[in-house]
Amino acid sequence: MGKLRQIAFYGKGGIGKSTTSQNTLAALVEMDQKILIVGCDPKADSTRLILNTKLQDTVLHLAAEAGSVEDLELEDVMKVGYKGIKCTEAGGPEPGVGCAGRGVITAINFLEENGAYDDVDYVSYDVLGDVVCGGFAMPIRENKAQEIYIVMSGEMMALYAANNIAKGILKYANSGGVRLGGLICNERKTDRELELAEALAEKLGCKMIHFVPRDNIVQHAELRRETVIQYDPNSKQANEYRELARKIHENSGKGVIPTPITMEELEQMLLDFGIMQSEEDRLAAIAAAES
Amino acid sequence: MAKDLNDADQNAKLIEEVLSAYPAKAAKRRARHLNVAQPAEEGDTEIVSKCDTVKSNIKSLPGVMTIRGCAYAGSKGVVWGPVKDMVHISHGPVGCGHYSWSQRRNYYTGTTGVDSFVTMQFTSDFQEKDIVFGGDKKLEKIMDEIAELFPLSKGVTVQSECPIGLIGDDIEAVAKKKKADIGKTIVPVRCEGFRGVSQSLGHHIANDCIRDWVLEAEGGEGKNHEPGPYDVNIIGDYNIGGDAWSSRILLEEIGLNVIAQWSGDATLSEIERAPKARLNLIHCYRSMNYICRHMEEKHGVAWMEYNFFGPSQIAASLRAIAAKFDQTIQDNAEKVIAKYQPLVDAVKAKYMPRLEGKKVMLYVGGLRPRHVVTAYHDLGMEICGTGYEFAHGDDYKRTGEYIKEGTLIYDDVTGYELEKFIENIRPDLVGSGIKEKYPTQKMGIPFRQMHSWDYSGPYHGYDGFAIFARDMDLAINNPVWGLFDAPWKKSA
Repeated sequence: MGKLRQIAFYGKGGIGKSTTSQNTLAALVEMDQKILIVGCDPKADSTRLILNTKLQDTVLHLAAEAGSVEDLELEDVMKVGYKGIKCTEAGGPEPGVGCAGRGVITAINFLEENGAYDDVDYVSYDVLGDVVCGGFAMPIRENKAQEIYIVMSGEMMALYAANNIAKGILKYANSGGVRLGGLICNERKTDRELELAEALAEKLGCKMIHFVPRDNIVQHAELRRETVIQYDPNSKQANEYRELARKIHENSGKGVIPTPITMEELEQMLLDFGIMQSEEDRLAAIAAAES
Repeated sequence: MAKDLNDADQNAKLIEEVLSAYPAKAAKRRARHLNVAQPAEEGDTEIVSKCDTVKSNIKSLPGVMTIRGCAYAGSKGVVWGPVKDMVHISHGPVGCGHYSWSQRRNYYTGTTGVDSFVTMQFTSDFQEKDIVFGGDKKLEKIMDEIAELFPLSKGVTVQSECPIGLIGDDIEAVAKKKKADIGKTIVPVRCEGFRGVSQSLGHHIANDCIRDWVLEAEGGEGKNHEPGPYDVNIIGDYNIGGDAWSSRILLEEIGLNVIAQWSGDATLSEIERAPKARLNLIHCYRSMNYICRHMEEKHGVAWMEYNFFGPSQIAASLRAIAAKFDQTIQDNAEKVIAKYQPLVDAVKAKYMPRLEGKKVMLYVGGLRPRHVVTAYHDLGMEICGTGYEFAHGDDYKRTGEYIKEGTLIYDDVTGYELEKFIENIRPDLVGSGIKEKYPTQKMGIPFRQMHSWDYSGPYHGYDGFAIFARDMDLAINNPVWGLFDAPWKKSA
């Protein structure tokens, strides 16, 4: 067993972090890697494709029932899924109450202290949409994830979120060892998507590590609570995820300190790609349409 | 020996010297809080000196030792805590509740644990899971338990500690729900410690909660009070060592009917019926002026400040209060003043020879940095420096009514500054809090705690004046000070 590798998937809400990460990890396990998934989202949907179940009991939910996290055993919170992948979910409060960020910190500390990280090659964190507070930055702090993979697409807000996450990584890159592993573009079929993703990667000083094409088979697999790898191992999409897994595996230690850009630069980039109209062009277009 | 004290130039030089130890930026910021009382402007007859030249109610500097408290201290410790027949929950982790246990010597009558709860401590004792999942359900449960265990409690207040605001618990929703369930007054107070620059904001928040959740809320037996022509409220007397009681008897002796004491020895009913009074008599202006202004606007209750420290202010206040009522009350006031004159004369005869000419430095909160000044004057003593922990500009303006030009004024004084001032001026007595007591005594300077009356009191009213004079004499003329120098260091 090699040195423990910790990676994390971040990205705009609804971009497909959980789907992409679980499919990728299912492919990684085919490469004889021992994997632990730490779901850091109160929705607790980071492991359902691996476990082929509905939602699993979360660390915090069980802790609240038992009294405190000290009353829990690791076995209570860790389930084993597809090909031995270990699954845990931090969990958290229902929307609108309490402090989910503190919950993530509590859960990760519990897992570490109780040996969940022993005897695995990979720990993968799946974190909710935006880094809204310190709690959700927990996986990118010192001694946690070495590489962050940002799942994004060609949509404006996904690009914006990716840039913001890069800012978060930059903040911790110098104090801790966290690096940006690269961008994973999850195709949305927007205009010039691949080029745009590559351009952003270039601006951030990182790789666009893989372009995952859109394929409805992902949806079919998800409805069965399965990854594509499990649902149809010979499909073209399964191979895409295997490719992504291989690239991530080979990317060990090759992460970079990102160079996030300003909002103006980001908008300029969209203008350059002809995706966004400048104010003058927009007025000219309206005038042309009216005449 | 004490230097020539009320010398404006000397004090200005002292301030400069003290500030010189700071880095330039800190010195510049602290300089605005230190000054000497300036000459009153011509034509301004209300004041004897101009004190509102110092900046106040500004965030303390990081790195200095400030003597201030927090918003929670202002609400739980000062305004709400003394209301005796309500249970006050310290909502959050256990520390804030533990360290505010027992309150501030707010005396009360009643049976603790049965119908009064001031010195008891209730806390929701937040654990990790309460932070993560929110504490609203736990709070509901505590309220149910209180209703069951303490059936004579008249209501509950929720005193929020910092985490409540951070995690966004909806304590107002809990309060509404539980009021409907239990049928008692529930007051959610958002007095999280991180709010504001000092305890002062806590007072304001607590006042606003009295307004919103008691005075202007549905229900309340106290609101059925039949108003009488002589009904008054004592506002801003926390009954430290029995202060409110020794004040109340004087007001009753002149024929007034005290229908509420806020909030020392107070009941919820007294709070509810207060807007029925004719006049609000406010002692601690700083902590309760807000609610007096509200009662004036909404209920037409006039308010006036008074001062029951020392016979000259007591007599002046009694006359001023009586002037708001009819001739009978005014005649009564004169009779009461005359009645107590022999007591005053006896106290002065006994203590003045021992205290006359002694110099005093004060550093306290609320109203005392100005209100006690004349009590010292009545004993022939002098004030050479005074300052407030959490005053606003209007407090400093009022301070000018009491202190002489040239007096040293320090706002939100730091531990270092106060120590230097004391060391340099070497007054005969320092009146401040527990944190200042022992360093001062180690300098060989007599000290009295002027927050808690050093476990003595009351100091309000005529009875209080006798105790005040005795206590100051005990401190200053204690034979221990004659033993301060080691015998082998004494000159032969």
